[in-house]
Amino acid sequence: MMRFILAILSAALIVMPASAQQTLPPAPLAYEQLSDPAQEEAAQALMETLRCLKCQSQSIADSDAPMAGDMRHQVRSRIAAGEEPEAIRAWLVERYGDYVSYAPTVSNTTWPLFAIPLLLLIVAGVIIRRRVGKRS
Amino acid sequence: MAAELGLAALWLAAALSVLQLIGGALAQRDTNSDLAKLVRPAAVMQGLLAGFAFLVLLYLFAVTDLSVKLVAANSHSDKPMIFKLAGAWGNHEGSMLLWITVMALAGGLIGFVERRLPEQTMQATLAAQAFVGLGFYAFLLLSSNPFERLPEPAMEGMGLNPLLQDIGLAFHPPTLYFGYVGLSVAFSFAVGALLTRQVNPDFARAMRPWVLGAWIFLTLGITAGSYWAYYELGWGGWWFWDPVENASLMPWLAATALLHSVSVLAARDALRTWTIMLGVVAFSMSMLGTFLVRSGILTSVHAFAADPERGTFILGLLILYIGGALLLFGLRASSISEGDRFSVTSREGALVFNNVMLSAILGIVLLGTLYPLLTEAFDVRVSVGPPYFNPVGAVFTIPMLMVMAVGPLLRWRQDSFTRVKWPIIISAVVMVAVLALVVILGSYSILADLGLAVAVALGIGSFMPLRGRNLLRVPIATWGMVVAHFGIAVALFGMASESAFSEEKLAAISVGESTQVGPWQVTLDAVEPVAGPNWTAIQANLGASYDGGTSIELTPQSRNFWAPPQETTESVLATRWNGQLYAVVGNEAGDGRWQLRLWWKPFVTLIWYGGILVALGGLLALIGRVKTDLKRRYVVKRAGDRRAEAAS
Repeated sequence: MMRFILAILSAALIVMPASAQQTLPPAPLAYEQLSDPAQEEAAQALMETLRCLKCQSQSIADSDAPMAGDMRHQVRSRIAAGEEPEAIRAWLVERYGDYVSYAPTVSNTTWPLFAIPLLLLIVAGVIIRRRVGKRS
Repeated sequence: MAAELGLAALWLAAALSVLQLIGGALAQRDTNSDLAKLVRPAAVMQGLLAGFAFLVLLYLFAVTDLSVKLVAANSHSDKPMIFKLAGAWGNHEGSMLLWITVMALAGGLIGFVERRLPEQTMQATLAAQAFVGLGFYAFLLLSSNPFERLPEPAMEGMGLNPLLQDIGLAFHPPTLYFGYVGLSVAFSFAVGALLTRQVNPDFARAMRPWVLGAWIFLTLGITAGSYWAYYELGWGGWWFWDPVENASLMPWLAATALLHSVSVLAARDALRTWTIMLGVVAFSMSMLGTFLVRSGILTSVHAFAADPERGTFILGLLILYIGGALLLFGLRASSISEGDRFSVTSREGALVFNNVMLSAILGIVLLGTLYPLLTEAFDVRVSVGPPYFNPVGAVFTIPMLMVMAVGPLLRWRQDSFTRVKWPIIISAVVMVAVLALVVILGSYSILADLGLAVAVALGIGSFMPLRGRNLLRVPIATWGMVVAHFGIAVALFGMASESAFSEEKLAAISVGESTQVGPWQVTLDAVEPVAGPNWTAIQANLGASYDGGTSIELTPQSRNFWAPPQETTESVLATRWNGQLYAVVGNEAGDGRWQLRLWWKPFVTLIWYGGILVALGGLLALIGRVKTDLKRRYVVKRAGDRRAEAAS
């Protein structure tokens, strides 16, 4: 019985902060598109490659989390102000680390991500070449 | 009482698998010893006992027996019956019990019916099956007992995550598990054949139905999972390259490669070692998938390290089985001859190309999935997502699909490109034409455009093997191939079209106002509260008309569940032959206007229709193969009878 009450209480505690957060209205551009279609398209393309830090494996373009909404607002307002998408990405990476960007760039921590597919390509080529060699 | 019966059955099943393992091992010395003869009956009995244990768990969930810890933690007396039952496998312990049950039933089935292979190979296969099973029994009984009682029964259950209270998701995990387990049977066959060095077409024919069956289930499971994510998550995405999704995609890729190489082995007695290797890899990917999903390592490497018991156990099993199988492979591979030779321009050559490409794609998905975990262990957090997987995967996928369009036209063993010159030219012309057309239509995304072009060429190419043949006399298995290949083209067309031509509209409008997305005019007619069995919701009544046509009513909801408390969005879809309108209602903006999210996604449904076609193709191939096998068995039996008659 005691255990059950504790479970209910802890469940309530987990839920409370979430409902408290929802009383704040979302940032204006979280759920609103930019009026210029070209700018909106650029913002959308960028948002699809940014990770929602509060979710599991979702981009900020497909999340209801308040933080994702704030980040969408950031991206849209900066694009509207004329910033380059990659500059915005760099700004976010500086703030939140590489983790926020779904598009890994070659660096001293990520080079195997690019070296290994290249290696695979070579190995695949060699295997297929060897088959060709056998015929002649 | 019931829970204890289930537990007892599980222990007995585990004991029988020990017997099965020992008997099978001893059979390698003397295949007619008393213990060796027990191997098949033990496998059958073990299957029945495990099946019984699972039925008991279903019963406990059906009656909501709250004295059982698992039921109290995952069920609720208010839940609809179907979700009570689905709750039985919608959690860690229950899903592991489902896994072992399906595996034991599969073992029982091969013990009962499979008579083509030499008895010794079968005994080795069943021993391998028991060895794998034993690890899972140990896992279940020692660290995740589903039948554990609470010291005091709970007053009410904790409920099931509302996101999981969905009919599609109720059947998604079992479908994938059937696939994973089918691959465990293929693995056992591979180990059995390695132990007795009997790698030949008979072995391939015995293994093939299991690979096909597993592949059908994996295809359906992935298709259903993708559709679920699409309509349930409420943002119109259908594939996220999420590690959990990748965990199901990797076994599918390996199974696809295995399926094709096992066909070469069955038809031409070639690619022997490669097939065995793929058998090992395919099951490794299933185990890895289970490990990734079940260990909690995905939320965070550090969370995994904090509560390592379960994860470590599965990791241990993973290393034991995969390491053991690879070691055995290393020791035996050199003593198995490569099999028949063939020229590069032949059906086998095309299939080797397909296998190499599939393996490379598998390698990339594996790398992209595991790399962030690896760096996180060193406290460097990186994200690998669609911007990585899509282009890097495409480098291998597009050539593979191009070969796939003409490969089935080649003859076995030796052929020349000049004989299939025209199909190649037609495919190339179609590709260029489609590419030009989509660029004119205004899509400048390289991957999506290439995808559309390849999809159309492959769609036409997939029917070419039927050219000039009497359609009534084409074997069912060939129809299977044609349908499955066409399904891939259809799915690819849907994916590429969704990515090239989707339109999005986020709007905040008051009741009575309307907005436009693509060819659709959407009007907000009313907003009203509604209530369900275990939720309340805000519902928007939308009128949507396509291109000025008659208006249809759509009712997206924003739901609040209370056990456990959670908010979900219920999107609605208006499906036409040429695409879907996707509508979601969000919060009130504060000034009486409501947030609407609308998408027009041309041909998006083809993604899942394609998936279903692929599975249907697999089913046709399975029916065709089993029918031929039964006929062959009948002929052999008749010949035996006649010989016996002549002798007497």
